[in-house]
Amino acid sequence: MNKQRKNRTDLSLWYKNSAAASTLTILLILIIMSTALAIAAPAFLRPNNLLNTARNFSAIAVAGIGVSVVILTGNIDISVGSVYGLAGVTVALLMKSGMGVVPAVLLGMAVGALCGMVNGMLVVYFRLPSYIATLGMMQIVRGVCYILTRGYPVSGMADSFKWIGQEQMLGVPVPVYFMLLFALVFAVFRNRTKTGRRIFAMGGNEEATRISGVNTRRLKILCFVLAGVCAAFAGIINASKVGVAQPTAGNGFEMDAIASVIIGGSSMAGGVGTVVGTLIGSAIMGVLRNALVLLSVESYWQTLVMGVVIIFAVTIDQLRKARR
Amino acid sequence: MQEREKQRAPSAPLLEMRGVSKSFPGVKALDQVDFTVYPGEVLALVGENGAGKSTLMKILSGVYTMDEGEIYFEGQPLTITGPLASQRAGISIIYQELNVLNNLNIAENLFVGREKLGKNGLVDRQRTHQEARALLDEVKLPLDTRTLMSHLSTAQKQMVEVARALSFNARLIIMDEPTSSLTDTETQTLFDIIRRLKAKGVAVVFISHRMAEIFQITDRVSVMRDGQMISSFDTQNVTEAQIISAMVGREVDNLYDKQEAQVGEVALEVKNLSSRDGYLKDISFTVRAGEIVGFAGLVGAGRSEVMRAVFGIDQRQTGEIYVRGEKADIRGTTDALRCGMGFVPEDRKEQALILDMTVKKNMSLAALDRVSNGWFIDTPRENALVNLFVELLRVKTPSVEQKVKNLSGGNQQKVVIAKWMANQPSILILDEPTRGIDVGAKKEIHKLMSQLASQGVAIIMISSELPEIIGMSDRIIVMHEGRIKGEFPHRNVTQEEILQMAVS
Repeated sequence: MNKQRKNRTDLSLWYKNSAAASTLTILLILIIMSTALAIAAPAFLRPNNLLNTARNFSAIAVAGIGVSVVILTGNIDISVGSVYGLAGVTVALLMKSGMGVVPAVLLGMAVGALCGMVNGMLVVYFRLPSYIATLGMMQIVRGVCYILTRGYPVSGMADSFKWIGQEQMLGVPVPVYFMLLFALVFAVFRNRTKTGRRIFAMGGNEEATRISGVNTRRLKILCFVLAGVCAAFAGIINASKVGVAQPTAGNGFEMDAIASVIIGGSSMAGGVGTVVGTLIGSAIMGVLRNALVLLSVESYWQTLVMGVVIIFAVTIDQLRKARR
Repeated sequence: MQEREKQRAPSAPLLEMRGVSKSFPGVKALDQVDFTVYPGEVLALVGENGAGKSTLMKILSGVYTMDEGEIYFEGQPLTITGPLASQRAGISIIYQELNVLNNLNIAENLFVGREKLGKNGLVDRQRTHQEARALLDEVKLPLDTRTLMSHLSTAQKQMVEVARALSFNARLIIMDEPTSSLTDTETQTLFDIIRRLKAKGVAVVFISHRMAEIFQITDRVSVMRDGQMISSFDTQNVTEAQIISAMVGREVDNLYDKQEAQVGEVALEVKNLSSRDGYLKDISFTVRAGEIVGFAGLVGAGRSEVMRAVFGIDQRQTGEIYVRGEKADIRGTTDALRCGMGFVPEDRKEQALILDMTVKKNMSLAALDRVSNGWFIDTPRENALVNLFVELLRVKTPSVEQKVKNLSGGNQQKVVIAKWMANQPSILILDEPTRGIDVGAKKEIHKLMSQLASQGVAIIMISSELPEIIGMSDRIIVMHEGRIKGEFPHRNVTQEEILQMAVS
């Protein structure tokens, strides 16, 4: 009996747990949005359309999952759009020079890791605010894209490379599997491992975490590395999907990735957020994009509507939290 | 005395709170509390941490809304909708952690949010500074109103806060532990102001843990315990023992029950330590297993800085550290942990706890390696460890999943100590382990330290309370201005002897 009572307390505490309640709120927003869209444009529910929508937001989700780790520490990484572009360009150039698909993809991800490591070291050792450090890196990495390609798109990718972004397995686009794989790995990493627990702790109180014997410098660099790797893989998915690596790919993409994290209920101050939330956040972005196309909204208006929805979704979550 | 009787008996209460209750998740913070304040009196509100004093005051100041109850102010029912409503009604609160804007000057701080505007709609500086001057004169603060707030001492900032309260025409001023960061002289200045406020008919609610001050300045004492109002006394007719027993609900016996422990080998030796900024010079000392070494000294003597350097939080200029006879290369906190050290810092909210995390996650943070298989945390093992310490230290929390910020100060401190005990340190450094916590929890923490010592843990305790130093230490080291001034090899010393060494 005593145990039963204890379980109930745990349950009521779980409801008070803002991260879980937040996920429920945005899931509700996604469902309402999808229902409304299904009524307004029945074409939304066509399997082909649903799968395409999912394919399209997979890259956002993968990058969002990575950048959410940085946001968890109370920092930000706005270089993810450029890293996304550079990874695509790197992989394409390597394959063009005759390298196999797998080593090229791995090297592309390593480039992302390197960019993340530079970000992290600038923040940790030179004490730059992460916004400034990654703003600079955003420009530097984009510059590298232009220098490597002389501004021209890189084509001539191996056919097998197209599997990542264009093929389907069991009727579901391959990028969706990658998205779910990243989500699973990161959810386990954040919630079940020592390192994940320490990242949350660092986001809540860095000084206290350091005094608890955690090497917070190394840990913070790791977070930026993870963001870089994820952004790079998102860029690789995109290059494969488009079939050509544009040096301009991912211009403005960082805003999509960050928005999906914020809509997903993560706090910019750090310490709060879930992987599932980020997944739903990117789904909201994806469904919205699709809605604007299906409802034939003029493209000039689409950008504006995206901005409104970001503000709307986060506002609802703030109202929920405002209760004392 | 007659004057006071005259003043009190016929006058109607200034503030009356009736049947006030307030609950937080899992805790009934206030349970049918009645609270009365008369005009022109100084009332001490005392109670252990978690007794509900702060909650009651936060309801008055509009930070929290009560679940049930009534408030009458000057005979009229008062509904407090928020901080502004409370200030307008004439109630001001001065928090322990002052709410001042350090980058603005005194006058700007006084009128923030109600700037004095001229006809053109812009701030009228001349009027602002004139009125600010008048307010500062009222609290006898001889400073230029253009002085930046960051240049003021804590006591002076407090005076500005009092002046600000007066500018709202406050008839009730609540002071939450106002003397905790003041020197003796500053405290006396504050008391002068309280007396002047009192003469003007302003009532002051004075929250404090310090008995001497309560007897010096207050007219009445109201005691809270476990969310209830226990009793109110006239300060003149009550003894310290009566107040304390009302606070803890039992008679308090000897506060320090240090048991003698077997003193063993040298566990920690520090040689010629100096700090990067040159403040700490030539610090050398040893601590043996089973020994409690007290570090005494004035605030700013460099005691915390020494321990931070030893634990690898701050970098050292010179200095060698030997752990159990072997040289330890401590460059960061990770190295300190590897050497079996633990560190309970002086500021638990800033340096020790992750307030938004649960009791469980806070407790296991330093001992994750002990409850993990490889990279992964083993949840059953983590739960077992945490539950063990919750029971052992009798941490009062509805569940280990409770966020640590919802616990009282004493229980939070227990969580910090449990965090280090879970890692089974052989050297434990405690910096002001009982600051700002209540008598009951304090006693439990002392008992715990004594137990750890008898299990062979080497303990370093920094404390600014001399009775605690004398009561708990096997050996006392005194610091002054970044140097070790001297040592008492036993604790048969008087406070005066230690103080003598600490100041000269």
